[in-house]
Amino acid sequence: MSKINFATLLIWLVAIVITTVFVFILAEIIVYGLSGLSWSFLVEPPQNAGRSGGIGPIIISTGLILFVAIATAAPLGLATAVLLTEFTPQDSRFGFFVERSIDILAGIPSIVFGLFGNAFFCLYLGLGFSILSGGLTLACMVLPILIRTATEGFRAVPNDYRLAASALGLTRSAALIHLLLPTATPALVAGLLLGIGRAGAETAALIFTSGYVDRMPDSLFDSGRALSIHIYDLSMNVAGGDANANSTALVLIIILFLINSTSISLANQWMHKRVISS
Amino acid sequence: MKKLGQLTILILIAAIVWGYFKPHSDQVAMSIEKLVLTGSSTVAPLVAEIGKRFESLHPNVRVDVQTGGSSRGVTDTRTGLANIGMISRALKKNETDLLSFTIALDGISIIINQSNPVSSLSKQQIIDIYTGKIINWHDVGGNNAPITVVNKAEGRSTLELFLHHFELTNTQVKPHVVIGDNQQGIKTVSGNPNAIAYVSIGAGEYEAEHNIPIKLLPLDGIGASVSNVHNRSFPLSRPLNLITSKQPGGIAKTFIEFARSVQVNDLIEAQYFVPIAN
Amino acid sequence: MSAAVILLILIFLLNESLSIFQHVSVSRFINDASWHPQQGLYNITPMLSATILSTVGALILATPLGIASALFSYFYAPKFLATWYRRLIELLAGIPSVVYGLWGLTTLAPLIAQLHPPGVSLLTAILILSLMVLPTVALTVEAAIAAVPASYLQGAMALGLSRWTSIKCIILPAAHSGITSGILLATGRAIGETMAVLMVAGNVVQHPHSLFDSVRTLTANIALEMAYAMGDHRAALFVSGLVLMIMVLLLVFMAAFFKRKPAYV
Repeated sequence: MSKINFATLLIWLVAIVITTVFVFILAEIIVYGLSGLSWSFLVEPPQNAGRSGGIGPIIISTGLILFVAIATAAPLGLATAVLLTEFTPQDSRFGFFVERSIDILAGIPSIVFGLFGNAFFCLYLGLGFSILSGGLTLACMVLPILIRTATEGFRAVPNDYRLAASALGLTRSAALIHLLLPTATPALVAGLLLGIGRAGAETAALIFTSGYVDRMPDSLFDSGRALSIHIYDLSMNVAGGDANANSTALVLIIILFLINSTSISLANQWMHKRVISS
Repeated sequence: MKKLGQLTILILIAAIVWGYFKPHSDQVAMSIEKLVLTGSSTVAPLVAEIGKRFESLHPNVRVDVQTGGSSRGVTDTRTGLANIGMISRALKKNETDLLSFTIALDGISIIINQSNPVSSLSKQQIIDIYTGKIINWHDVGGNNAPITVVNKAEGRSTLELFLHHFELTNTQVKPHVVIGDNQQGIKTVSGNPNAIAYVSIGAGEYEAEHNIPIKLLPLDGIGASVSNVHNRSFPLSRPLNLITSKQPGGIAKTFIEFARSVQVNDLIEAQYFVPIAN
Repeated sequence: MSAAVILLILIFLLNESLSIFQHVSVSRFINDASWHPQQGLYNITPMLSATILSTVGALILATPLGIASALFSYFYAPKFLATWYRRLIELLAGIPSVVYGLWGLTTLAPLIAQLHPPGVSLLTAILILSLMVLPTVALTVEAAIAAVPASYLQGAMALGLSRWTSIKCIILPAAHSGITSGILLATGRAIGETMAVLMVAGNVVQHPHSLFDSVRTLTANIALEMAYAMGDHRAALFVSGLVLMIMVLLLVFMAAFFKRKPAYV
């Protein structure tokens, strides 16, 4: 009996400590950043090196970069995960090496991606400092996270489901779409969340690829400043930029939060429609 | 909550789409000229603001400013990746293939925490502190506390100028903290009552006037202020330069002349640098 | 396709690094007096130890906390609380590294400075890294636990096992594949973290003798100096990038060696 109580106590304690620390950090950002928030802040362009004015174009640029990254990485990631779990035998060497290379990719520092992105997308492919370069570089960064969590999600679907599907005469792809995907959805969504979180917060990879220009982009080939870079520049490089840095950080956090919540509720909706839990 | 999130995403997407198509129709008629500048992160915010004003006077021109450091400015100007480079120093002896155009002046000042009773340091004392011979504030008239020496990272113009003035090599400096950009130095000193660092006078004076707890120490008896850099009495000052690989023509020439004219003096002063045109 | 990307990155890194090896031998990266590239000194071992120590430290803190977090929201918390707690963790997974770094620099470092100057140190880096990595561990572990079939837990309860025992002996082992991948992801994130560490670790190139010493990780080094480096200095930085990749490679193969097949078949 006492062992259970100890474990319970410990876990509650951990939860309380973590909550306190994080609420503390959030509170600081909110306190310093809230006063700068307004509708005009969200839509106007920055002025005076970002110390006044708003962050409208920067939000748009960030959105575009994220869009490019997810649109590129999600299908690729899903396809790779399906390949690994459904179509590759457990012990194959091919599967082993693909998985290892994914792990390696996940461990490469963001700054190395930035340099690579710069040399490959900006210079070699001639895209220059652009939203496309930034988005594609981020896609490379986010790919391993998506693949990893997707494979875990697929792996966790009990084999009974697959056997049952096959016994019922479903083709493999039908089983995949109608049974496995919905069941693995929580894991897929978790992966997407982490991916977006990682991408949206990325700074080092974007400095050398999507650049510094804070004008409203005319196309994907234009350079665009991302929110995270704006925060870094205001707090580390521009004297007196702290106030707007905090406001920008608040905006970014709120946007990411909204994306997260929507993804979760979407996933739950989808799952309820498709699968009757055992 | 969920509906709010979905609504926000829809609005974001709508905004992106709207943002795309609206400006496009205006620009089909005009041909756009692009000017790309890369280089020093100290100069970048200033040049970005000058660029914006230039764009408002020349509606068919786009001025794109990217950071990356003074060395990047030199490399990109040489390879042609940038039309104009930005450096926060004078050209070096091995850079005689380039041309430089000064647009503003800046100084470098020693800063300490506002609560530190020390009001000035001699050249020798600064050298001794930075080489580790003096390690306690007590020995220079301050409190009995260990000195936290803050140095800049290698390759930065500010570091090179500092070392050059005090006739030191970087291996002789024994720092406790190494920083990247100016604001990092300012934040380090304001958070640690026993720290000492050196930063751009522009940034330092701005923060000190905006209630950040730092103070700028005089050098060789001359107070560290923007006005003293202006009247050329301050011993440690540096030019902020635009550089090109050949004699500039066309839009580049117009821009450089604009940046050196009195029309941008207010922008220069807003960044707490010293204008050169009068 | 991901293998192709990795190959590309490797080739690119190698290409950039090779130029320096023409006149600087590999051993110099270990044996030189210090890291002062402008004067031709290229010892990277202090930064290597900084990277390793900060990552290990962060993992030691974040893994148990992350697993405990996941257990809390899945098993121990009342439904209402669990949802909010989970929301909090998800929110934190999305906070940019610059924000954590900024908080570390302006709030945590001065606090630690009062304990022992200079404040920005290995300890600060470890604390900030574990904060950043915690949500990753918590979220992936929770996804792994959620994926364990309900029948397992029902079976345990039917057998009369207590909550903690069923967690410890059945759920955790069943989810271990997901837990391990969560830890791997976290390790990757910690090794690769650049901006936050740059702001809070102090960036002095030295082997740390205590938790309060200022250190510079390999990643922070690249970020700090790349923009300003030319020629040999630049190539030396690419070499440190290569070293990072090799570290990750080793880590990955080690982890694969220890990883068993899923507990259920």
